[in-house]
Amino acid sequence: MAANQRPLSPHLQVYRPQITSVLSILHRITGVIMSVGIVALIYWLLALAGGDASYATALAVLGSVPGKLLLFGWSLAFFYHLSNGVRHLFWDSGRGFELPQVYRSGWAAVGMASLLTIVFWAAVLSGGQP
Amino acid sequence: MSLRSPLARVLGLGAAGDGTSHWWAQRITAVAMLILGAWFAVSLPGLDLTDRGAVASWVAAPFNSVLLILLIAVGAYHSQLGTRVVIEDYSRGWAKVAGLVAVQFIHVVVAGAGILAVLRIGTGG
Repeated sequence: MAANQRPLSPHLQVYRPQITSVLSILHRITGVIMSVGIVALIYWLLALAGGDASYATALAVLGSVPGKLLLFGWSLAFFYHLSNGVRHLFWDSGRGFELPQVYRSGWAAVGMASLLTIVFWAAVLSGGQP
Repeated sequence: MSLRSPLARVLGLGAAGDGTSHWWAQRITAVAMLILGAWFAVSLPGLDLTDRGAVASWVAAPFNSVLLILLIAVGAYHSQLGTRVVIEDYSRGWAKVAGLVAVQFIHVVVAGAGILAVLRIGTGG
């Protein structure tokens, strides 16, 4: 077989989706989503540095309906990547690899990501007052 | 009997030639991002984002400026490490080389612009 005909990793289409594989690919997808999100963060800072007019434009862009949806998506991606990242760091210590533990830590990461996202937006919408 | 040369065994860099440096850098920046990201997520809701003056003076406070610059620099580096692996996994040949170069260029430009923005806000420019 020629070198350029070999299959590339991870060859997803041959596997039935399960929580282990779905959470793994979600970690990668949320990472890429946030790589794009950095651009939005920098745009916001540049607009802030640019003056009142550019900041008003940035608020209009980020505050529009698609802007709000993107911000919510980035926050969810951030909290999932953070929660599942802690799971990865825990694995790096060589622990938690038994299947029941992997399932449990996986649902814990999903639960933690949902909880943090809800708490974050509740704090934002209440104007930061706890 | 090992076919590896004594030098290769001492260097411990393996077939890819860079050993554990990428893996280790990813973990170290992950821990840093855990701290910086948590700080940013806790700080944001306390700001009135519609008030440019208030947000600018928050960014200009030295403690916040330093952490924001670290968030941008470490975040861009961690992002670069991750997107690099994604491109290495899913592309080959010239597309892979071009993709890797493009991703690195974009990360440097975006991080540079972000740090410049924080510095300008911090110096009242």
